[in-house]
Amino acid sequence: MSQKNTFKTFIGDIPKNLFSGFVVSLIALPLGLGLALASGAPPISGIIAAIVGGTVVAILGGSNVTITGPGNGLVVVILAAITTLGTGADGIIDMSQGFLYTLAAIVISGIIMIALGFLRLGSLGDFFPSSAIQGMLAAIGIGIFAKQIHVMLGNLEANGSIIELLVQIPEGILNFVNTDNSSVLYAGLVGVISLLIMIFYSKIRNRSFQLIPAPMWIVVLSVGMYSYFELFSTAPYPIEKNLLIELSDDILSKFAFPDFGKIYELSFINAVISITLIASIESLLSIKAVDKLDPLKRRSNVNKDIKALGLATVISGFLGGLNVVTVIARSSVNVNNKGSNRSANFFHAGFLVLFILLFASELKKIPLPALAAILVYTGYKLASLENLKKVFRVGSEQLIIFLMTLLVTISTSLITGILVGIIITFILHVIINKNILLFVKNILKPNVLMFTEDGKYYVSVKNFSSFLNFTKLKSKLNQIPETEEAIVDFSLCDFVDHSVMENMSNYAEAFARKGGDFEVIGLDDSKSGSEHPFALRKILPKQMIPKKGVLTKRQKNIQKISEEMHYAYDAFSAIEMEELPQFGYFKTRKIDKVSNVLSNDNCTIFDVQFSEGEMIAKQVIKATMFHIHTQREVPNFTLDKEGIFEYLYHFAGFKDINLERHPDFSKRFYLLGKNEAKIRTFFTDELILFLESNKQYHIEASKVGLLIFSNERLASVKEIKALAYFGASLRKIIEKC
Amino acid sequence: MNTINKILVGIAFSPNLKSNLFEAVRMANMFDAQLIGVHVGEETDKKKVQLSDLLEQAEPLKNSFKTIWQKGKTVDVILKTCTHEAVDLLILGALQQEKLLKYYVGSIARVLTRKATCSVLLMIKPSVVRVVCKHIVVNGLHNDKTIKTIKSAFDFSKHLHCKKITIVEEVSKSELHVEVNDDRTLRKSTIVKERIKNREDMRIKNILNEINYEDISVNTQSIFGRRGYSIGHYAKVKRADLLVMNAPDKIRFIDRIFPHDIEYILSELPTDVLIVK
Repeated sequence: MSQKNTFKTFIGDIPKNLFSGFVVSLIALPLGLGLALASGAPPISGIIAAIVGGTVVAILGGSNVTITGPGNGLVVVILAAITTLGTGADGIIDMSQGFLYTLAAIVISGIIMIALGFLRLGSLGDFFPSSAIQGMLAAIGIGIFAKQIHVMLGNLEANGSIIELLVQIPEGILNFVNTDNSSVLYAGLVGVISLLIMIFYSKIRNRSFQLIPAPMWIVVLSVGMYSYFELFSTAPYPIEKNLLIELSDDILSKFAFPDFGKIYELSFINAVISITLIASIESLLSIKAVDKLDPLKRRSNVNKDIKALGLATVISGFLGGLNVVTVIARSSVNVNNKGSNRSANFFHAGFLVLFILLFASELKKIPLPALAAILVYTGYKLASLENLKKVFRVGSEQLIIFLMTLLVTISTSLITGILVGIIITFILHVIINKNILLFVKNILKPNVLMFTEDGKYYVSVKNFSSFLNFTKLKSKLNQIPETEEAIVDFSLCDFVDHSVMENMSNYAEAFARKGGDFEVIGLDDSKSGSEHPFALRKILPKQMIPKKGVLTKRQKNIQKISEEMHYAYDAFSAIEMEELPQFGYFKTRKIDKVSNVLSNDNCTIFDVQFSEGEMIAKQVIKATMFHIHTQREVPNFTLDKEGIFEYLYHFAGFKDINLERHPDFSKRFYLLGKNEAKIRTFFTDELILFLESNKQYHIEASKVGLLIFSNERLASVKEIKALAYFGASLRKIIEKC
Repeated sequence: MNTINKILVGIAFSPNLKSNLFEAVRMANMFDAQLIGVHVGEETDKKKVQLSDLLEQAEPLKNSFKTIWQKGKTVDVILKTCTHEAVDLLILGALQQEKLLKYYVGSIARVLTRKATCSVLLMIKPSVVRVVCKHIVVNGLHNDKTIKTIKSAFDFSKHLHCKKITIVEEVSKSELHVEVNDDRTLRKSTIVKERIKNREDMRIKNILNEINYEDISVNTQSIFGRRGYSIGHYAKVKRADLLVMNAPDKIRFIDRIFPHDIEYILSELPTDVLIVK
C-alpha cells in the first residue's frame, strides 16, 4: 500500500469518523462531568482530560479506534488522593487545595507513564494475575456505586469509607422516601429516573430513540425540565443550586494549576503510584479489548499509546484536568458507529470544545443526581454478579483470589488490594502444586523456545507458565504474524495458570480473526478443577490418569472432528496398548498410555505416551500416530524419508530396498525389510504413486497392521486431520490390491 | 579439538562407576585412544580389584589402560592430570541420582568445564549397554571457535557412527534491531529475521564447505532467542543425544549470578554435552 493510497483512504473515511466522533462526544460530555464530580474534582476537569486526551493521543498514539479521556477506574483513586492530600494539619479537609496537590500527582504519573512507554513496560498489566485484576475492578465498581448512590438520591453529605457508605444505603433510601425537602425529593427523582433510563436503554429497540446515547438522553431531559420550569411554569425550579452542576462562566480561560508543594510526602508518592497503576492497567485492558473489536484487525502499538497517554496526562494535569486513559465503553461506541481511525478520537475532542463553548450555561442546569445515576450504573456494571459468576466458573481458587482482592481493596487501599491479590495467587499456585521450588528455581530462567519448522511456528514452554513469567512467552508469541500457523506446546510444563490460559484463548481468537491458526498442545494429561477453557492446569504424573477428566480444548476439537469424519472418539484405549508393542518402533520404548483415540472399523488415530531409557536418562515422549488394522497380510517393513535414520536402527543389518522401476521413489524413500521379495510385490505402482504424491510420513508395517506418524510429538488438530486423511486413503489402496 | 589420543575419566567408586567406565572404554575404542583413569583418594587393594574386575567385564581395550591414584582436592587433581598427561578429552559422568546429579553437575563439573584445558564431555546417561547416538546438535554461533566446534562435532559423529547433525544458529534479540509493536514493525521484523536466517545459513554453508561429511544428513536451524538457552531447550525438544558447544569465552563472577550462554546448559543439562576447547 502506497503512502498516497493510505492518505486517500484516510480522507475518504473522514465523514464516518466525524459522525462517530460526534456520537462519542455525546456520551463523553455527561460522563466526563460525572466522573470528575465523583472524583471530588471540579466537573470541568473531566472534560479537559477528554479534550486533551482526544487531541494528543489522536495525533501521537499507537492505537486505531480507541477513545481516550477520564476513566472509571481512577474515580476511587483520585477521590482518595484529593481527600488525603487535602487534609490539613488540623484535620480539616480542603477539597480544592487537595485537588491542586492531586493535579501535581497526575502530572508526575503522566511522566512515569511516558517513561514506562520508553522502557517498553507498557504491559505492566501482564504481571498481575487476571483474577486479581478482576477483583480490583469490581472493588472500584463497588467504590463508585457506594458513593454515588447517595448522591443520586440527593444526599451530598454521605461520607466515610466504602463499607460505611454501603451500610448507609438502606438508611439513605428511607431518608429519601420520607424527606420533606422538596429540592432533595425532586433531585432524587431525577436521579432515579436517570438510572431507569440507563438500565432500560438497551432494552428499548427503537431506531430514533437509540440515535442519542443514554447519558445524553439524561442530559437532554434534565435540561428540558429546567427550561420547562423557566419558560412555562409559574412555580420556581424545585431543585436548589447546590444540587446543580457548578461551572465557572469563563471555563476556557481560567485553569487550575497544580501545586507541587507536597511532592516529597509519602501520601503524595502513594497517590502517584496508585494513579499510575490504575491508569496503565485500565488503558492496557481497554487497548487489548478494543483491538478485538477493530473491524480492520490492526494491532495496536501499546508502548506508543502509553507514551501518548502519558504526555496527554501531563498536559491535562497542567491545565487542571484529570488523567487521560483509554476507555473501553466509549471506544466500543466509536467502533459501533463505524469509527475507523484515530481521527474519530480527535473529532470527539473537537465536539466537546464546541459543546462547552456553546452550551456552558445549559450544562449548569443539569442536576448532580442525574450524573450520579450514570455512575451508579457504571459502578454496578463493574461489580455485577455476572462477573463473579464468570470467575467462579473458571474455578473455585479463582473465586478466592477475586474475593480476597476485592475485600482487601475495599477495606484498605488499592495498592494493598492488588498486592494481596498477587500474593494469594502465588500461594494458591504453590499449594496446588505442593511445590515451591518449581517456582523459586525457575522464575528468572528463560523458559520459552520458538523456532520455525516446515513453515510453522513451534513454541515450547518449559517448567511452569504463569502470570509471573508470562511476559517471556508473550514476547515470543507477539513475533508471530497472526496469519501464520502456530503451535504452543506445554508438554514440558508442569503448571499453567489461569492468566496464561486466558491469554492463549485471546491469541487463538486473534489468529482465527486474521486467518491464521493457533493451537495449544500438551495439556491433555493435565488436571483441572473445572470445565472452563481458562481454568489453570497442572500436569499429572503418568501414574495418576484420571479416567474421567475434564477435556481440554484440543480434546474437544478432536471430538468434534471425529464426528465430522464419522470416527468414534474415546479418551483412552486398551486394545492399542496391547497391539502397539508389536511394532518394531516400540521394541525399545515403553508405552505408558494411549489416549484421545479416534477409530472406525479398522483405523485408529491416537496420542501415545511412551518412554525411552530408564532412571534419569528416562525421557517421556508424546506423539500422535495412526494405526491401520489391515485385512490382508502385510510384509514387515519400514518406510521413511531418505536421510532420516532415527527410527530405523532396529532394522539394522538390512539394506535399503531399491525398486528399479521407480528410481525417483527409491531416491526419496528409504525402504527396509526382511522379506525383500514379498515387499517388492506389495509395493504396487498405485501405492508408490500415492506415496510419492503425498507428505512423507514414517510408515511401519507388522503383523498387526500399519503404523503411520510424522514427528515424534503431539499433532495439532489440523495435523491430525491431514494424518487421518492420508491414513484412510492409504488403507483404501492397500485393501484394493 | 585435535585428534583424540588420550581420554581421561574420573573414577569415583559410586554405584554408577560401571556404566561410566563402560562408556569411557567404548569411547576410547571408538577413537582408538588411550584411556587414563584418575581416582582422587587412597589406593587400596579392594578398589584395585574392583576396578580390574570391571575392566574385564567391559569390551577389551584397544590400547593400554593407565590408572593414576592421587590424594587431594578432586578439581585440582583432575585439572593437573589433564595438563600433565596432555589429555584431549575429559569424560565426566553424572551420578544417577537426581539430587546428586544436580549437586555434581552444579559444582565440580562446572568448575572443571570452566578451567579444563581440554574438551569436556558431560554424560547424563552413561549406560552399560551401548545406546546408539542418533542425533547431534551443535551450535553455530557467530564466533571464531565455532568452526572448530563444528568440525569436532563431525569428527565425533564419524567415530560414533551418528548419521544426523543439526547446526543451530542462535540469534539474540539485540541483533534484530526491530521491536515488534504493531503490524508494521511485525512485518519488518519478519523480513529482518528472514534476512538474518539466510545470512546465518550462508555462513554455516561456508564452514560446511571445508568439511567432508558424505553420508551424514546435515540440517540448519536458526532460532531467535536467548543465547545458550535456546539451543539447550531445542536439544531437549528434539531429543538430541549429544549437544556440542563452544567453550565459554570468559566467565566472570557476574555471569554466575546472571547466567548466560553455557551456564544455562550446565545448570540443567538437557542431554550429554560436549564442550570443545
